[in-house]
Amino acid sequence: MSEQTEESVRSEVRTWLEANWNPDYGLVEWRNKLVDSGWGAPHWPKQWHGRDLPVKFNSIVDEEFARVGAVGVARAGIRTLAAATILDHGTDLHKEKFLRRILTGEDTWCQLFSEPGSGSDMAGAVTRADRQGNKWVINGQKVWTTSAHKAHWGLLLARANWDATKHKGLAYFILDMKQPGVQVHPLKQMNGHASFNQVFFTDAIVEPELLVSDVGDGWTVATTTLMHERRGADALRSWATASDRKGRIYEEERAEVATTMEPYKWYPQRAGRVDLVMERAKATGKISDPVIRQEIAKLLIMSKSAEWTARRARAAQEHGRPQGPEGSLGKLVSSHVARQAARVHTYISGADALLSGADSPMDGVIAEILVSVPASSIAGGTDEIQRNIISERVLKMPKEPSVDTNKPFKDVPRNIVSS
Amino acid sequence: MRFSFTPEQDEFRTTLRRALEARSPTKEVRRLMATEAGFEREGWKRLNQELGLTAIHIPEAYGGQGFGFSELGIVLEEMGRGLLCAPYLSTTALGTTAILNAGTDEQKRALLPSIASGDVTATLAFAEESGSNEPSAVTMTAAPSGGTFRLDGAKSFVLDGHTSDLIVVLARRAGSKGEDGLSLFTVQGDAPGLTRRALKTMDETRKLAHLTFRSVEAKLLGKEGAAAAPFAKTMQQALICLANEMVGSAERLREDALAYVKMRMQFGRSIASFQTTKNKAADMLVDVELAKSAAYYAAAAIDEGDEDLPALASLAKASAADASVQTAIHAVQMHGGIGFTWDNDTHLWFKRAKSSEILFGDANEHREKMMQHWTH
Repeated sequence: MSEQTEESVRSEVRTWLEANWNPDYGLVEWRNKLVDSGWGAPHWPKQWHGRDLPVKFNSIVDEEFARVGAVGVARAGIRTLAAATILDHGTDLHKEKFLRRILTGEDTWCQLFSEPGSGSDMAGAVTRADRQGNKWVINGQKVWTTSAHKAHWGLLLARANWDATKHKGLAYFILDMKQPGVQVHPLKQMNGHASFNQVFFTDAIVEPELLVSDVGDGWTVATTTLMHERRGADALRSWATASDRKGRIYEEERAEVATTMEPYKWYPQRAGRVDLVMERAKATGKISDPVIRQEIAKLLIMSKSAEWTARRARAAQEHGRPQGPEGSLGKLVSSHVARQAARVHTYISGADALLSGADSPMDGVIAEILVSVPASSIAGGTDEIQRNIISERVLKMPKEPSVDTNKPFKDVPRNIVSS
Repeated sequence: MRFSFTPEQDEFRTTLRRALEARSPTKEVRRLMATEAGFEREGWKRLNQELGLTAIHIPEAYGGQGFGFSELGIVLEEMGRGLLCAPYLSTTALGTTAILNAGTDEQKRALLPSIASGDVTATLAFAEESGSNEPSAVTMTAAPSGGTFRLDGAKSFVLDGHTSDLIVVLARRAGSKGEDGLSLFTVQGDAPGLTRRALKTMDETRKLAHLTFRSVEAKLLGKEGAAAAPFAKTMQQALICLANEMVGSAERLREDALAYVKMRMQFGRSIASFQTTKNKAADMLVDVELAKSAAYYAAAAIDEGDEDLPALASLAKASAADASVQTAIHAVQMHGGIGFTWDNDTHLWFKRAKSSEILFGDANEHREKMMQHWTH
C-alpha cells in the first residue's frame, strides 16, 4: 500500500467532492453517500465506514469540505461517545447496527452513568441488571442525562453481580430508550433551565446481544467512554456553529445543530463571562470604585494566568515533551475563575443583581451568570475530585484508605434512594 | 517564547540548579545571612565568573553575554529556589538595568564590563524613608557642581546598599515636582560624604541599607531631568525579575512541604493520605503554576518589546506575591509545630516570601497599576 501524504489525501478528497457533492441532497441521503465513501470518518477502519487514515489528516479533509461548503457527518452530542465506545469494545453486530445511523445523524444517544446515589463515585452505581430467561431486565434510576428525552439509544452502566467488588460487578449495555420500561423526566436546575433528565427504569428490557462488555468489565468500558468525553469537551464547544448558507441540506443541518446544542446554551454563563466584566464596569461607572477595581484585577490576573498555563501545557505537547503539572489544572482553575467572575459581576451590578430576566442587566444574562456559576465546580468532576486527581496523579500522594473496594458490593453501605 | 523554554534554556537551568545546590545548602545560607554584608565577596565572585551570571542580560558590546530577560528570569528563579546569598537581584535587575535604560553608549562602555566580569556590584537607590516606590516621592536633590553633581538627602530600603560598589541614585533638581526634574546618577560606594548603615531586616537573606548623602559627588547617568521614563521601565523590568525569583522560592516551599507530609506519619498513616492535606497540596500547585505562567510570560514580553509591559509587570508581581505568601503559609502549616522552629528551614523561605511580597510594591498597589494601564 502506498504511503498517504497530506497532498495525496487533499487531492483525493477534492476529486471525490467534485464528483459527488451537491447541496440539493437531503441531509441523510448525502450522509449515506459519505458513509459509503469513507470520507465521513476517514480515521475509522475501512471495514466500518472509514478509510484507515491517520487522525492527523482529518483537518485536511475538513478543510476541503469547508472549501466547497460540503456538509459533514453528525459529530456532536453523546453519539460521538457511543461511536468511540462501540469501535473500541463493540461486537460486529453493534457496529453493523449502530455506526451508520450515528454518522447519518438518524439516531441520537444518551449516556446513562450517573445516579442520584453515585455522582463522583460513579462505580458505585446500583441500577440493577438481572438476567431473566433470555433477556436482561433493568430497574433503577439515572440522572444528569443530557438529551435523554430525544435519544433513541442509551449507553447504560448497571450492576449485574452484587457478590463481586464495586468495580467488578458492573456491566455495560446499549439500551433501547423507546420502550415502555423507560421513563424520562426533565430535571429543572437552579438556573431555571432543564438541560438534563432523570431516567427511570421499570423492568426495561435489553436484548442479550446488546451487552457490550462481559459482566464484570463494564467499568473498563465506561472509562473508555469517559476518556472520550474529556477529550471531546473542547471539540463540542467549537462545533456549535452551522453554516449559514442557503439550501435544504443546510437548513436540515442547522436544525440538527440547534437541537443538539440547546442544552448547552447557558454554558458560557456557567463559566462566568469574564469577557463582559470591563464593559459592564465602564457602563455602570463602577470602574472608578477602588475596591471593585481590586476584585476585577484579581479576576483578570487569574483568567489570564489560567490561559497562559493552558498554553504552556499545549506548547509542551506540541514540542513532544512530557507535559508538566500545568496540564492537569485547567478544570479546577476554571471554576476558580468562574466564581471570582460571579463575585465581580455582583459587585458591578449592585442592586440590579437582585433582579432576573428582562428586568435585569443585559436581558438576564448577568442574572443567569450568578445562578449558573455554581455548576462549574460540580459538573464534569467536582473541584474536590479534581484536587484528588491532582494530588494523587501529579503529586503522587497516597490514596485515602479504601473502605468499599475490597468487599462484595452488597455489603458496602450506600445511599437510600428516595424517588 | 512565552509558553515554553528552549532545550538550551532547560539545560542552562539544570546546570545552574546543580551549581547552586552544591554552593548554597541551607547551612551556608544560614551562615551568610547572619553576617552584616550578607554574602562573601570572593566566593560569590568565583561562582559568578564560572557561570557568567551578572553578564546574562548585558549586551556583548559591553562585555556581557547578550541574553535576554527570559534567561535572567531563569537565573533568578533558581536563585529564589536556592536562596543564594549574593547581591544578584540588586546588581542585575536594578543597577545594570538602570544603566542599560538610562545611560549613554559611552557610560555603558565605562560601567557595564566590570559588572559583567563580576568585579563590581551595583544597586539602585530610589525609595526614601517613606518607603514609597513612586518617583514623585523623591526629595533628594542634585545640584550641578563643576562637571559633576552633588547629592544631598537620604535613601532607604536600598537593596544591598551597604555593600554595593556602584550605586545608581534617583534624585531631583531643587524645586522640581512630580516626575519633572528627575535624574539618575552614579555614585561610588565609598564616596566621601556617603554614610551607609545596614538595616536590620525581617528576612535576613534580603539585605537593605539606609544611605545618607552629604554633598556626595555624583555623575549624571543619561540626560538631566529626563529620568522618569527610564526609571519607570527599569522598575517594570525589575518587578518581572523579582516575580521570577519569587516563583522559584514558592516552588521550593511547595516541594519541601510535599516531601515532608509524605514522610510524616500520624494516626497510623501518612499525613499525605488525608484529603485535607491533599487538597492543600493541590491548591498550592495551582497557585504556583499560575504565578509561574505569569512570570515567564512577562519575562518573554520584555524581550519581545510588548507595549503592555507596565500592566504585565504589575500582573506578574501581584500574582507572585499572593501565590508565594499563600504557599509559605500552607508550607508552615503542613509542617506543623516543627515548621515554626528556627532549626527547620521553612522559615527562611517564608520570610523571603514576605519580604518579596512588599519589595517594589505589594499586590494591592500593583493590581491598581495594572488596572490603570488597562483602563485609561
